[in-house]
Amino acid sequence: MTSTGSAASPGNEVLVAWLHKLVEIRLAEDKVSEIYMQGLVPGTVYLCQGQEAVSVGACGALHDDDWLVCTYRGHHHALARGMDLESFFAEIMGRDNGICRGMGGSSHLVDRSLGMLGAPVIIGAGLAVATGAGMTAKLRGENRVAICFFGDGACNIGAFHEALNMAQLWKAHVVFVIENNQYGEYTAYRDSTALDGKLADRASAYGMANAVVDGQDAMAVFDVVAEARARAVAGDGPTLIEAETYRYRGHNRADPGAYRPDGELDAWRARDPINILRDHLQSIGAITADDLETAWDRLQHSVDDSAARAADGPWPTLEQARGYVFAD
Amino acid sequence: MSSPTEQSASEAVIADMTYREAIRVALDDEMAADETVVLLGEDIAKAGGPFKTTEGLYEKYGGARVLDTPIAENGFTGIALGMALTGMRPVVEIMFSDFLPTAFDAITMELPKWRFMSGGQSSAPVTIRSSGGAGGRFGAQTSSTGESWFLQFLGLQIAVAGSPQGVYDLIRVAIRENNPVVVFEHKALHMVKGPVILGDQNLPEIGTAAVVREGSDVTVVASLLMLHRADTAAAALADEGIDVEVIDIRWLRPLDLATIASSVSKTGRLVIVEEQYHDGGWGASIISRLTSCGQKWSANPVAVSMPEVLISHSPPVEDEMIPTIALISNAIRAVCG
Repeated sequence: MTSTGSAASPGNEVLVAWLHKLVEIRLAEDKVSEIYMQGLVPGTVYLCQGQEAVSVGACGALHDDDWLVCTYRGHHHALARGMDLESFFAEIMGRDNGICRGMGGSSHLVDRSLGMLGAPVIIGAGLAVATGAGMTAKLRGENRVAICFFGDGACNIGAFHEALNMAQLWKAHVVFVIENNQYGEYTAYRDSTALDGKLADRASAYGMANAVVDGQDAMAVFDVVAEARARAVAGDGPTLIEAETYRYRGHNRADPGAYRPDGELDAWRARDPINILRDHLQSIGAITADDLETAWDRLQHSVDDSAARAADGPWPTLEQARGYVFAD
Repeated sequence: MSSPTEQSASEAVIADMTYREAIRVALDDEMAADETVVLLGEDIAKAGGPFKTTEGLYEKYGGARVLDTPIAENGFTGIALGMALTGMRPVVEIMFSDFLPTAFDAITMELPKWRFMSGGQSSAPVTIRSSGGAGGRFGAQTSSTGESWFLQFLGLQIAVAGSPQGVYDLIRVAIRENNPVVVFEHKALHMVKGPVILGDQNLPEIGTAAVVREGSDVTVVASLLMLHRADTAAAALADEGIDVEVIDIRWLRPLDLATIASSVSKTGRLVIVEEQYHDGGWGASIISRLTSCGQKWSANPVAVSMPEVLISHSPPVEDEMIPTIALISNAIRAVCG
C-alpha cells in the first residue's frame, strides 16, 4: 500500500506517552493474572500480553469521536483508548464500580464515553456492528470512522465475509484490524485456514484495500491505521489490516499453550513491543533509562492502587441487573 | 391514497386499506417523522419489496435511507445494530420468518445483549420485520410463523400483527421503542382489508393486547392469521348462543397478562389459537402463568395448535396442519359444553 501521507507522524512526546501506555497495559495485564490467582476474578480472562502495540498504535490514529468495536481479548483496546484503571479492574472483578457495572466482565469492556460500542465474545459478530457504525458516519457525511479489532480466528466465519462485502459495497467508514496472534483459541491459524499468502489478501476478493503490518511496532501500526482512516472518511472504502503479533499467554487463563512449538514464544519475545518503542526512543535521545524506570514505578503504583480500590467496590444486585435489560 | 403525513398530526384519519398497504404507510409515517429511520432488507428499495410492503419508499426517501442488501441476514442485522448504537433507528426486513434463523446470532446474542453487557450504557432501537405463516404452498422452509422462537431471548420485544390496524400500530410503536423489537407479519393477511386509524394520536402503548370482540362465555387469545379465523368462528358461534371474547395478543413481550387475566376471570374459560406447535410457545406460557397465579377454571384451558408434523407443500396436508375455523369452533364449543 502506498502512503498518502494523510496523518502527521506522532512527535516524540506522543511516542513517549505511547510507551507509557504499552507499559501500563503490560503491568495491568500482569496484575489481572495476579488478582486472578488471588480469587478476585470470577470466570476466566483472555490475556493480551505481547499484543499491546496493535491497540496503542491504532488508537493513536483515531479521533476522539471515532468508534471502536473490540473483542473478548480486549484489555489492551480498552486501556489504549483511555479506560480508567479502577473501572477496568472493577469490571473484571464483577463489581458495581466496574465500567459496565459488573454486567460485562473481562470479555465485554465497554465505555461509551470513549466511543467503545461493544466487545462480543461471538467470533466475527463485531465486524457487522462496526460496519453499521461506519454506515452511520457515511450516511451523515461525518469525518468519523469505526475501527474493528478481531482475531485471525474470525477470518473463517461467515460473519467476516458478510460484513466485508457490505462494508466495501457501501463504502462504510470502517477500518478492520485483524490481530493475527497466530492462534485461534488452541489451534494455529495456518492449521484452520485455507491460505497461501496473508489473511489480509482476503480483502482482494471484495476489491478492498489491505495492508500487512508489524504488529509489534506501534509506529508502524499507527501509519497503516492513519492511512486507512483517511481512506475511509474520504469515501474510498474500508481497509483490511493484518497486524502480525503474538499472544504470549495461552488462549485463556487455564491454557498453558503447550501446543506451541519450542522456541516460538522466545522468538516473539525478542521482538517485544515495549522494547521496540523503548529502543527507538532511547536511540533518538527522547528518553533515558532513568526516565523509563521512573515511569515504570509510577505506572506500577497506579495499577496497584487502582486494583486495590476496585476490589473494595460493592457487588451489584439482581435488582440493578434487572434495570440494564431494557431501555426506558 | 394520500399520505397521512400530509394531514395535521392531531387529526385522526381513518382509511380502508390492506394489511400490506398499512405496513407501507406505517414505514412512510415513521420515516417522515424521524430522519434517523432507515430501512434495510433484500429487494426492498428498487424492487419495492418482495411483498410490495416498501413500494415507493426508495423513490421518496432515496438510497441513503432505503438500502437493498445482499442476501446476508446475519450481516445486515448486525449492521443495523451498529447503526442503532450510533444514533440511527434501522428497520430491517427479513423476507420470510424462516430466514430469521440465518440471523440467529445477530438477533439473539447481539441485539438484546449489548445494552445489558455494557451495564445500561447503550440502547439498540432496531426493528426487525418479517413475514411468515402457512397457506401459500411454500413448503417446510418458507411457511413458519416463527413467533415464539425468540421468547427465551430477554432484551427483545416481540410483536405479532393480526390486522391492518394492528400492523400499522405495531410497526410504528416498534420503531419508536428504544429496545430491539421483532415484528411478525403474516403472508396470508397481506391482502386482507380493513379500517385503519392513521396518525400519532391513537397509537397504543407497547405491550398492550386488544379485546377485538367482547363476550362473557369464553376467552379466545390468538395471533396473526389465527386472530382472523378465531374472530370469524366467534361471530358464527354467537348464533349458537356462545358469547366469545376474542383477544388479539399483539405483544408476546411485553406480555399484557392483565388484559387476558381480566377476561378469563370473567369467563372462566380459555382457548388459545396459535399457528405454531404448542410446546415452548406463547400459548403454553399463558396457560402456565394464569394457572400458577391461581386462576380457577370452569373448564380446562385448551390450545388449538399445529399437529406435530412439518409444514408440507401438498395442499391437503398443509390445510389440515393449520387450525381451521371449524376446528377452532369445535374447540370453543367443547370448552363451553
